Amino acid sequence: MNDSDLVAALRRGDESAFAQLVDELTPGMRRFARAFVRTPAVADEVVQEAWLGVLRGLDRFEGRSSLKTWIYRIVANVARTRGVREARSVPFTDEPAVDPDRFSDGGHWASPIEPWDAVLAQELRGVIDRAIGELPEQQRTVIQLRDVEGWSSEEVCNVLELSETNQRVLLHRARSKVRLAVEEYEHVA
Amino acid sequence: MWRRKRGLTCQELVELVTEYLDGALSRRDRSRFEAHITACTNCREYLKQFEQTIAATGALREDDIDPAVRDTLLAQFGDWRRDRA
Repeated sequence: MNDSDLVAALRRGDESAFAQLVDELTPGMRRFARAFVRTPAVADEVVQEAWLGVLRGLDRFEGRSSLKTWIYRIVANVARTRGVREARSVPFTDEPAVDPDRFSDGGHWASPIEPWDAVLAQELRGVIDRAIGELPEQQRTVIQLRDVEGWSSEEVCNVLELSETNQRVLLHRARSKVRLAVEEYEHVA
Repeated sequence: MWRRKRGLTCQELVELVTEYLDGALSRRDRSRFEAHITACTNCREYLKQFEQTIAATGALREDDIDPAVRDTLLAQFGDWRRDRA
């Protein structure tokens, strides 16, 4: 079903259409909400409140953005009012994504990059999950949507109201930190 | 005046990886990036690890909804529908 058919079905009170949408979007919405709030329990509340917001706002939805983008914006708005996980925005610095100490004066790697040993998928997920949890909010939400959920750059910019350039800078910083967390895990393991 | 073309350093390259993977580098910068990757084992390994990280991050998705949550949301829909009528 395309967006306008889906919205029409919802407006008619079609429960199976709603159930389908809920099944498809809720897990991602929860993960997204988790990027803003302190606990999984609050994330669940945010999602529930967001769905209520979706239903109440249905008559006003004009289809200027995709349904998914519109729904996620509602999640972001609800989450932001509900939980301040930490200072919302980190000042945009020019600091590099990789510590300059890793490089010699000529800009070469100061020590070699060792290939990674295979790690249990389960362990790796834990390392990455924790690393993402420690990121500042904007980096966290961008990597969540781009790399966990697999959204396009355009969709992410739409939901988070970022320019493409800003979005990419945030994503790069997030990914660099997550890569570093895996590297550190690899060196200890 | 003759301008010497300078290749990327490793330190410069690591700042460009996401742009490269997004296809957002200028043609010139993409050439410089690829030339460096071809010649530098460390950066080649770094790029590979970056891609491995992205792939592993994508594996964090779990797509099943908690049945209790689902029931709550459907009940909420029922209430909304009734209030509308």
